[in-house]
Amino acid sequence: MARAVSTQHKTIATAAAWIVALLIFFPILYTIITSFKSEQEAIQGFNLFPSGTTESYTAVEAQSGYFKFFLNSVFLSVGSTILALLVAIPAAWSMAFSPGKWTKDILMWMLSTKMMPAVAVLFPIYLIFRDTGLLDSRIGLMVMLMLINLPIVVWMLYTYFREIPGEILEAARMDGASLWNEIVYVLTPMAVPGIASTMLLNIILAWNEAFWTIRLTTTEAAPLTAFISSFSSPQGLFWAKLSAASTLAIAPILIMGWFSQKQLVRGLTFGAVK
Amino acid sequence: MATQQTRSLARFMMAPSVVLLFVWMIVPLAFTLWFSFQQYNPLNPIRDGFVGFSNYALFYSNPAFLQSILNTLILVGSVLLITVIGGILLALLIDQPMWGQGIVRILVISPFFVMPPVAALVWKNMIMHPQYGVFADIARFFGGQPIDWFGQYPMLAIIIIVAWQWLPFATLILLTSLQSLDGEQKEAAEMDGAGFISRFIYLTLPHMSRAITVVLLIQTIFLLSVYAEILVTTNGGPGYASTNLPFLVYQKALLEFKIGQASAGGILAVILANIVAFFAMRAVGRNLDK
Repeated sequence: MARAVSTQHKTIATAAAWIVALLIFFPILYTIITSFKSEQEAIQGFNLFPSGTTESYTAVEAQSGYFKFFLNSVFLSVGSTILALLVAIPAAWSMAFSPGKWTKDILMWMLSTKMMPAVAVLFPIYLIFRDTGLLDSRIGLMVMLMLINLPIVVWMLYTYFREIPGEILEAARMDGASLWNEIVYVLTPMAVPGIASTMLLNIILAWNEAFWTIRLTTTEAAPLTAFISSFSSPQGLFWAKLSAASTLAIAPILIMGWFSQKQLVRGLTFGAVK
Repeated sequence: MATQQTRSLARFMMAPSVVLLFVWMIVPLAFTLWFSFQQYNPLNPIRDGFVGFSNYALFYSNPAFLQSILNTLILVGSVLLITVIGGILLALLIDQPMWGQGIVRILVISPFFVMPPVAALVWKNMIMHPQYGVFADIARFFGGQPIDWFGQYPMLAIIIIVAWQWLPFATLILLTSLQSLDGEQKEAAEMDGAGFISRFIYLTLPHMSRAITVVLLIQTIFLLSVYAEILVTTNGGPGYASTNLPFLVYQKALLEFKIGQASAGGILAVILANIVAFFAMRAVGRNLDK
């Protein structure tokens, strides 16, 4: 028996939910609106209808070379994710398909490294980076981001791989499939969705990481997090430009995020909530 | 089925991850521990040497230290309270039958994908600015005096920003858990005449308890190390009014170059995080056995 829902109930719920949702979304919406205002318009009080100028967008690129920071963000988030996957896939694979006595402990220990506060190792890392010339280098930061997210990547892959039934492998083996065929034709197709989800979530996390990306870079390797932070010094009014830069910085990841809600829940709760 | 051969292959496949994480965790931490017993200033390297626990004594007797611990606890506690209660209410609301549920979900989850510096700067400049912010416009509209959020209530302002970032996370997790609740159970309870409140207390809340625990623990891990939001809004001030432990350690290390004291503070942060981690691991570990 389906639950009968009165239209009245549905109308009230719809109205309430939309009001709350729009309030929560408002800062983002207002940022997008302001990015299409001129600097004078932006400080003339509350106004939801911009003149539609795109001068802030051109100014952000012309004055501060936005595109370079954007490319750094892409390079760092995608690069660190691929690197993490390369290291994590074999590990998660072996833990899921031939778990040993220590598998569970190793998983827990990996998770515990994620809980170490970054500030506790700030200076040693800074020192190591400085003395090896890795400060403000894309490669150094990429490795750093890879290490930070490695536990989550291993965990997420592990929870996905564990759902692949082991009997299928045995069946393939009985049919005479070689190890190579087994990997290419049986395992990979089943693992791809899990790997893709992991990749998506990890790119989002790396894109938004705002401690190491700010502290270990100055200009060359600085991604968007560091670029936006440089707007914090209060010199003059630049609401429209700040909005344009912010909109550009969050747009790609916002859209990716909308498509990854399920993976997000799973990845960030380490499989505890699905 | 695991032969000796596959087992050693498994170990070989695991090795890179394990070794990398081990090195990454142990080496810097050992450095920090070592520095915490040293007098070390990169600008004045002559006074180097072992100084016992005096860094700890100095760091802990600093009045900013107590304030920073207090601020850390207030920040974590308030944000947890706001996001968990708000998240439950929001999840219950969004779970109702309605038009455009998918879009509502997307709107609500969005703040989570906004990078911390953007979130903080947007709130600081466009929402909370005492002259040009939306809050000031609203206050003036009602004939009130705009509030200087970051001057007068810096902690409250930061709590609002951080709660805005994490409310979507809590809502999404709790909503996912809510939607996995068995519909038949709900109907049975309804047919037995259970009202909304008693259904919530005896059926929904127990069902969500695990998700709530997970939200609490995971958020605590991230909230203990809030950094960028403070850096771009108040920079820890006025005075130390909005300095939390990570921010104090950052100031000591990279602004004042008091490496010994910063390391002592870092060790304390590790201990704090480990206490939380201990409970977190138990909660997550239970899930592994299933």
